[in-house]
Amino acid sequence: MSGQSAFTTAVLHADRPVPVGLIDPKGRPAGKRFDVYRNNVVISLRKALETGFPVLRKLVGDDFFAAMAELYVRNPPPTSPLLMHYGRDIPAFLEHFPYAAHLPYLPDVARLELALRHSYHAADIAPIAPENLALDEATLARATLTLAPAMALLRSRYPVASLWHANTDQPNLKVPDRGENVLITRPEYDPVVQILPAGGGVFVEALQQGHSIQHAAERASAAIANFDLAGVLGMLIAGHAITGVTIG
Amino acid sequence: MSKHAKMLTVAGAVAAAVTAYAHNPAPAQAQAMEKCFGVSLAGANDCAAGPGTTCAGTSTVDYQGNAWTLVPAGTCESMELEGGRHGSLTALDRDLPA
Amino acid sequence: MLDHRISTLPADVGVGYKPQHFPDIMRDAAPVKWLEVHAENYVGDGGRPLAQLRHLAERFPISVHGVGLSIGGEGPLDDEHLGRLRHLVDWLKPASFSEHLAWSTHDTHFLNDLLPLPYDQPTLDRVCAHIDQVQTALGRRMLLENPSTYLAFADSTMSETDFLREIVARTDCGLLLDVNNVYVSCTNQQTDPVAYLADFPLQAVGEIHLGGHDTDHDEYGAPLLIDSHAAEVVDPVWRLYEHVLELAGPKPTLIEWDTDVPAWNVLASEARRATYIMNGVRAA
Repeated sequence: MSGQSAFTTAVLHADRPVPVGLIDPKGRPAGKRFDVYRNNVVISLRKALETGFPVLRKLVGDDFFAAMAELYVRNPPPTSPLLMHYGRDIPAFLEHFPYAAHLPYLPDVARLELALRHSYHAADIAPIAPENLALDEATLARATLTLAPAMALLRSRYPVASLWHANTDQPNLKVPDRGENVLITRPEYDPVVQILPAGGGVFVEALQQGHSIQHAAERASAAIANFDLAGVLGMLIAGHAITGVTIG
Repeated sequence: MSKHAKMLTVAGAVAAAVTAYAHNPAPAQAQAMEKCFGVSLAGANDCAAGPGTTCAGTSTVDYQGNAWTLVPAGTCESMELEGGRHGSLTALDRDLPA
Repeated sequence: MLDHRISTLPADVGVGYKPQHFPDIMRDAAPVKWLEVHAENYVGDGGRPLAQLRHLAERFPISVHGVGLSIGGEGPLDDEHLGRLRHLVDWLKPASFSEHLAWSTHDTHFLNDLLPLPYDQPTLDRVCAHIDQVQTALGRRMLLENPSTYLAFADSTMSETDFLREIVARTDCGLLLDVNNVYVSCTNQQTDPVAYLADFPLQAVGEIHLGGHDTDHDEYGAPLLIDSHAAEVVDPVWRLYEHVLELAGPKPTLIEWDTDVPAWNVLASEARRATYIMNGVRAA
């Protein structure tokens, strides 16, 4: 095994012996000196997760989060030096994490926090002027929208947006026991978390799939009797989420 | 409702949204932009940025906690739910909302 | 074609940029003449980080400091990451680009720490090949930073200073002399930092780093300093810094504070102290 393979294995697993040939100034095998590197690796990655998933951490508490993070960071370590997106696999990890199985909404909370970070770092694309959407019926049936890379939709069986608000900017919020469609937009530089009105999840998802405004609205109306198209479009416009309109 | 009537509804709703937002203020001037990208809504602690890098070490010691001895003990246990209940959300097996 | 200057940073004092200090810097930039950013935080697609960096670059010379390229790695450099760095350097045109004498990636595992290297011939050949590759890709000379080390390799065949001198001779890169790292490593290796500096190829230094460290002990009670960047620069490091400037003349100098980042006035006061020392050496 190469030097860095042995070092990597030992640095990730505190129960493995320190590789031979690593010494202190007296030539004795490095013990605690090697542990400095073990600490640096695991603690720095754990802190990265704490920074990236503040709501998840608040939900499960600091001790549980730390224990979970220390399992996650070793199995396996990140594959990219860009920590801004570290933790992409946390939702999948949580889905199979038996100690949190009774909190089935945690993976979607993690997805929301990942989507916020993605939105924060997404490309800056100028929104279209709303007037460009003032089209007649026939044109709306052919018009598709390009959505901003900073916009995201998260459809959840759980009240993830309410959970997020209750643990950030609205500590007194009473969390409903129902699913939520969450719209993330970035009007300037700060991502905004909003709950879409009924039908909004179907509508925005259809737009993302490339369906026309007309068709997306019909899908939403088929699912929900009083779909508020103007309201949802207003959220997209105000959130600078519409960056192009294409008349097919 | 006829297909024609439905299309009118869609066009009317789009027009209403456009009218409501068409007169948004023009993009901010340079000084306002500086303020905007300089300070996050959340204040100094810009949570959405996520983790940054470091080239420093730490004197904190690895926790080496055992997950199987721990139970979640954050706000998931104490949050207020609608209807005056406290505690965990029920693990419902339900469809996605529309 | 390579830009043959190792750095165009001014021989003045800068600080490591933290986004929470943006409003402070706009209000009170006087103590600081340039800024350093970590490359890996500015290779996203857009948003506030890049908007801030574009704005700061109009007012300050910027140093780009990489922390994730793993120049000492046994495997090949990450081409995708090198491409990201090239893109950043191309649009920002920073006054300096630097990286570390260390490794952080093995196979696909990024370990997020600056891990140590044995100083021997195979490592020297590999590090030099990687530096050549970086300088070619970026079209400029880079600065290589001396590490903080906590242990040594029984297999090392040369000193750290000989190793760095050989790298400079073979690749024509410059050096980033981290004076706190010198103090930390020499304390941990129980060697003399003044002797280390006497042996350091100072003519290649394009930038100096100053930062704080934590104090601990190994299992035998020997001092073990940890390069935490979480505190003020200590007096022995300030004295070593003055000694370096006396030997090498004024050099672009950075105050690094990465953990438990303090209020702007604390960082500014560290920058003023460095400026005071540099001005003293300049006047002498």
